[in-house]
Amino acid sequence: MKLIFDKSVPGRCGVMPAKSDVPTSVNLKPELLRNQDAQFPELSELDVVRHFTDLSNKNFGVDTNFYPLGSCTMKYNPKVSELIASDTGFANLHPLLPQLRGGGMLTQGALQVIYETDMQLREITGMAGFTMQPMAGAHGELTGIMIIAAYHRANGNKKTTILVPDTAHGTNPASAAIAGYSVKTVPSNKDGVMDFDALQEMMDDEVAGLMLTCPNTLGLFNPEIKRICDLIHSVDGLVYYDGANLNAVMGKVRPGDIGFDIVHLNLHKTFATPHGGGGPGAGPVGVDEKLLGFLPVSLVVKRDDGTFALEYNREKSIGYIAPFYGNFAIVLRAYAYILMLGKEGCLRVSENAVLNANYIKERLKGHYDLPYRQVCKHECVFSAGNLLTKYGISALDIAKGLIDAGFHPPTMYFPMTVREALMVEPTETESKETLDKFCDAMIDLTEIAKNNPEQLKAAPISTPVGRLDEATAARKPNISYNCPLCG
Amino acid sequence: MPFIANTDQQRQEMLELLNTTMDGLFADIPEELRCGELKLPTGISQQEVQEYIGELAKKNKTELTCFVGGGFYDHYIPAAIGALVSRGEFSTAYTPYQPETSQGTLQAIYEYQSMICRLTEMDVSNASLYDGGTAIYEAVVMALASTKRNKIIIDDSVNPIYRKMLESYTTNLNIELVTTKNNDGMANRDELKAQIDDKTAAVVVQNPNFFGCIDDFTDIAELVHANKGLLIASCYPTALGILKTPGAMGADIVTGEGQCLGLPLSFGGPYLGFMATTKAFMRKIPGRVVGRTKDVHGNDGFVLTLQTREQHIRREKATSNICSNEALCALSALIYMSLMGKEGFKQISQLCADKASYAYKRLRQIEGVTPRFGAQWFYNEFVIDVPGNAAEVVNKLIEKGFAAGFPLSRYYDDMDNSILIAVTEKRTKQQIGMLAEALEAVI
Amino acid sequence: MAEQGLKYTESHEWAKIEGNIATIGLTDFAIEHLGDIVYLELPEAGDDVTAGTAFGTVESVKAASDLNSPLSGKVTEINEELPDNLETLQNSPFAGGWLVKIELSDASEASKLMDCDVYEEYLKNQD
Repeated sequence: MKLIFDKSVPGRCGVMPAKSDVPTSVNLKPELLRNQDAQFPELSELDVVRHFTDLSNKNFGVDTNFYPLGSCTMKYNPKVSELIASDTGFANLHPLLPQLRGGGMLTQGALQVIYETDMQLREITGMAGFTMQPMAGAHGELTGIMIIAAYHRANGNKKTTILVPDTAHGTNPASAAIAGYSVKTVPSNKDGVMDFDALQEMMDDEVAGLMLTCPNTLGLFNPEIKRICDLIHSVDGLVYYDGANLNAVMGKVRPGDIGFDIVHLNLHKTFATPHGGGGPGAGPVGVDEKLLGFLPVSLVVKRDDGTFALEYNREKSIGYIAPFYGNFAIVLRAYAYILMLGKEGCLRVSENAVLNANYIKERLKGHYDLPYRQVCKHECVFSAGNLLTKYGISALDIAKGLIDAGFHPPTMYFPMTVREALMVEPTETESKETLDKFCDAMIDLTEIAKNNPEQLKAAPISTPVGRLDEATAARKPNISYNCPLCG
Repeated sequence: MPFIANTDQQRQEMLELLNTTMDGLFADIPEELRCGELKLPTGISQQEVQEYIGELAKKNKTELTCFVGGGFYDHYIPAAIGALVSRGEFSTAYTPYQPETSQGTLQAIYEYQSMICRLTEMDVSNASLYDGGTAIYEAVVMALASTKRNKIIIDDSVNPIYRKMLESYTTNLNIELVTTKNNDGMANRDELKAQIDDKTAAVVVQNPNFFGCIDDFTDIAELVHANKGLLIASCYPTALGILKTPGAMGADIVTGEGQCLGLPLSFGGPYLGFMATTKAFMRKIPGRVVGRTKDVHGNDGFVLTLQTREQHIRREKATSNICSNEALCALSALIYMSLMGKEGFKQISQLCADKASYAYKRLRQIEGVTPRFGAQWFYNEFVIDVPGNAAEVVNKLIEKGFAAGFPLSRYYDDMDNSILIAVTEKRTKQQIGMLAEALEAVI
Repeated sequence: MAEQGLKYTESHEWAKIEGNIATIGLTDFAIEHLGDIVYLELPEAGDDVTAGTAFGTVESVKAASDLNSPLSGKVTEINEELPDNLETLQNSPFAGGWLVKIELSDASEASKLMDCDVYEEYLKNQD
């Protein structure tokens, strides 16, 4: 393995800069200049292309492998969306143009995309209006919590607590805490969903809101969801819908109709924009009627003459949360995807996502512990607890064994309410053939666990590296190559 | 149905195995909560969507010659970047939780971190943040937590959009946010000195600042360090090809917007927030960090490390709530810096300064145009005053085919006549000449 | 096995009280549960600590725990060598692996802590 820095040959350059056509070169005061050049590698274009092509071959992606990473919705990302996003009419558009006098008319196409996506998302969720600005799901959560705080402040209340379930993604409590709230955790009941009685006991006037993923991270829909919303509302709290799992119920049920006040959607999950190895995503936030005034500036509005404009003068708004209009090129991809799906497509997405998850659950339930046996939604959670007890094989070992079988592993050790958890989310874009191969491999692994556990302990062997020493990595971090200052 | 593989027959087979119906799979959702059919149009084909959105793209006036910057620049993007980042092995992967299946992404992030350290002359970098504005916010949160103090001082020569973002994000936090007013286009030494005290968690400055002026913050770093506070410096990567680095100035946390490193303007995003810091704050940095280690066979490999800082482990006690970042944008930036290399990057950086300097001289020749600030050094952006209302002047220049610059009255009370003009390596001498003629004609 | 003569908390810290000074550490039970410890953050001498609140953190690869002070007082000494020699924490939790020494501000707080036998009993109910 060579780093790009190791491949450097002095004198090479991958891009020839354009020749200067201005008469003089400016000599800045020497004290203002850096005293040594930035130590970037020197490579030809081919060197660079080969290096990164090699690196790409050391990755699993949805394009190469089944990727059932629970709660991440790793569905297929249509290629036409990439083509649309790279259209120079969007890619070369400067975000400050609409802030020039008369500049809004220079960007009508882009503003229309934002406006129409807002309309699509309103219809899909039943909310009254959206901001496209949050640049990821967690950023949407923070925006939502800031809206909750602004709402209570406007009512003259200072509430201090945000409630989250014990099955919540870590981003929920983290978002609430960095917005200045204390966080309390609501336990689950024996059916795997929020314990209503426990919630009731936790209610007091300090409760500013509740954050909920629905269906939850076990893939379970809480039949008491309406009662939960009503209970939070009874102390003037707000209910936040973490849309990470919308893929399970799109077209079947709308958070706005249930009574949720705020929603974030992960466009990179439900609406098929590429996950990019960890972003960029987009996390639009929608609110109900009473919270519209608190949405961040700016908002796109449609004027009577049919043109689109940005509205900045919004008195109650929480203010700027992004420099401009969010990750526009991601919103654009999602917009294209929703146009292609249409109303029937939205329904087919959730139906097939749920069918695929239940199919896997059914095929594997005799082979892995299944802590919650009822019908699941878009994902199902198994436990490798029995394998650990009988053969010393953990969820991690199963995950590594799956890699050798050619599959990206499920999410491991989450949610934390399940011991040795393996959380499988197949998504609707996968075929029955793929699911069957995956299930066959999972069943094979239980046989290997029984007959040849050492093989699993040694897995993976088919990848560029074996299991890595994470303890040393964290104890003595090497996180920058030959850093001149680190020595 | 697009993007759904199962045929009707397969669906039937699967439902039979499950001994249920499609309705049965949703029986757990109470009837009264169900929604009716969505009021969306029927789905359209790939061909139709491409045509439809293609028409919308044409409504955007991207043919204007662009002299607008303000922290977001029209730089040239080498072709190899798009070709490489669009590889599905990179773009359709996710956060590298399973290191063995993600060595490509992990090594790239490690190289990106290393490249950012070399660019800024700092010790450590994270794997990226959303944008330059949220990066300042994250740096402020990091400073508040590290110093256990609650006062933040920011000069108004820092990008006003970022300052507005910081105000929003800190509304619910118990902090004192003090803004100092620039002195003739530079961070205001006197006001900063008067404000820095033993409650000060951090001072936030920018170089080159929003007006394009070049500064050296070594003195401010010394002052804030003497009071046990931190210096947060936001910077423009292209400028660091030639300018003194924040590391050399003594900054504790460096942030910035990486859009200039090979990312299209795309009407505001996705962009790339970067953050680097010193070894002392390595375990306080927000977001993902990749480390180099060994595998069981003794081979080199890469993993996500220092994860106990993060939300998925520490939940409400995490240093940040960030999960998805801008990994693919960081990859673009890494490829950009690799292609440019040591020499190319320096040359582009110098070229931007040269062209801006030429434009400044050329525009000053116009009667009525005056430099806004005294004899300051500027990089690739500068402020001129025009007779009459600047917003009006810029508006008239749109008709002549120019996005001529950014009128500053939008964010600064006393700058009704001022235009901020940015020049990148893509602008030609001829375009600058034409801008000058057009400006002369409208004032 | 916990040691006799020490006082224990429910969050698995121990305190050895000698006159007005208490030495604080982490029990073997806590250390085994954390797994490979990778990082330790301790306060500085002179810092005030309060019974039941965090004075530092201990981290393994996949977990982070607060170190809660069993007693209130002022830190007089910290185990300087320990953060760079984490194996000492693992090998000798009740001796060389001590964390901090504090000068007590309220010696009566000790009566609220568990004795060794009570702590051993308490551990039986932990998983």
